[in-house]
Amino acid sequence: MSKSDHDGGVSRRQVLECMTWVGTGVLWTVAGGVPHSLGIIGEAAAAQEASGLTFLQLSDSHVGFDKPANPNALGTLEEAIAKVNALPNKPAFMIHTGDISHLSLQSQFDDADRIISQSRLDVHYVPGEHDFLDPEQKFYRDRYGRGTKGAGWYSFDANGVHFIGLVNVVNLKAGGLGDLGADQLEWLEADLKGRSASTPIVLFAHIPLWTVYADWGWGTEDAAQALSYLERFGSVTVLNGHIHQVMQKVEGNVTFHTARSTAFPQPAPGAAASPGPMKVPDEQLRSMLGIASVTFKQNEQRLAIIDAPLKS
Amino acid sequence: MSPSHTTRSMLVAATLGAATAAALAAIVLPGRAQSADPASVVGIDNFTFTPQTLTIKPGTTVTWTNRDDIPHGVASSSNAFPKSKALDTDDSFSFTFTAPGTYRYFCYVHPHMTGTIVVEAAAGSTATQ
Repeated sequence: MSKSDHDGGVSRRQVLECMTWVGTGVLWTVAGGVPHSLGIIGEAAAAQEASGLTFLQLSDSHVGFDKPANPNALGTLEEAIAKVNALPNKPAFMIHTGDISHLSLQSQFDDADRIISQSRLDVHYVPGEHDFLDPEQKFYRDRYGRGTKGAGWYSFDANGVHFIGLVNVVNLKAGGLGDLGADQLEWLEADLKGRSASTPIVLFAHIPLWTVYADWGWGTEDAAQALSYLERFGSVTVLNGHIHQVMQKVEGNVTFHTARSTAFPQPAPGAAASPGPMKVPDEQLRSMLGIASVTFKQNEQRLAIIDAPLKS
Repeated sequence: MSPSHTTRSMLVAATLGAATAAALAAIVLPGRAQSADPASVVGIDNFTFTPQTLTIKPGTTVTWTNRDDIPHGVASSSNAFPKSKALDTDDSFSFTFTAPGTYRYFCYVHPHMTGTIVVEAAAGSTATQ
């Protein structure tokens, strides 16, 4: 990506090309059915004024990570939550799209909870693969899985928007990508049955539900099956994490968006030898971490998504 | 660490459970890398198992060592050997292969990462499992 891509405003296509941006969080606005990225958190305030529902997306906190790409991932999570707390209008709730911890240690989940709870917002979690690394794979479910099905999938409604949290990080198969599995697909189909096609749908999961880059495993094996159940809905927004950078794609009625990590950036697809943590100069790190804010506006067509770096 | 000490440790490791062997391997690996056959070592670097295919004689202990800044895991594609715990940076996992055959495995954290261990038949020919 060249710097000139950023000149003269950023189109959706350009957002796709700006794959080296990794963020603090995305502010999402649901406007008349379609979630819409508002840009960065500084811009979010204006968008929030006219909104019906605003929620935040936090992702890839990797609490416990202490390698050169960010020796203090807990510290940058704290900065992200401070940013949330500084928002002029309180969001309705947060979603966290996984990799809360780095190694699924109880102490890491404890630290994450201690920091994230300072937002005083309800948080709806889905797990990342780093949250299922304890030998019995039970810490995540014991802590965040109450009232969920299977490995932790569930749905809920807010302001007329139907939210669905999916798990695509368990029972992964050799040579494959992320995986939802037959049981979850069956549940999803049943969950959507009978809902009005005009209901805005927000689907969130850790690994992207579209194939960003198969060579690095950045996709979900059976996502097409899941998305086939959503074809009749007029507004579908898919929010993911895992790749530690902002990417967006619009395909028919579906808007796909990935959020930045609060811990460390990862390279653009194919831009490095591996998808491992990317070390950037210290002064650049916070421009590549972030959160996202999403606002749903009752009288507009799109959800507004704001990707806000910790520092621009 | 003396060569004889290393050899004894590896024999002990080979006869214990896989988890214990992994812990021991983490201790003896530095000495072993210099004094034993390097072909029984699989490195995990840049989300890749190296070598991709490792050919060994029956009774060889294979040790995987993660040198990435991201945890990985080793699991048999056909449950032919017990899976490793999550391997943080510089952690190792060892397993001793006794039966000839072809053992495919993958990283259960990043399943696009795959590798193969070929255990030759005693006579030197390769059996397929």
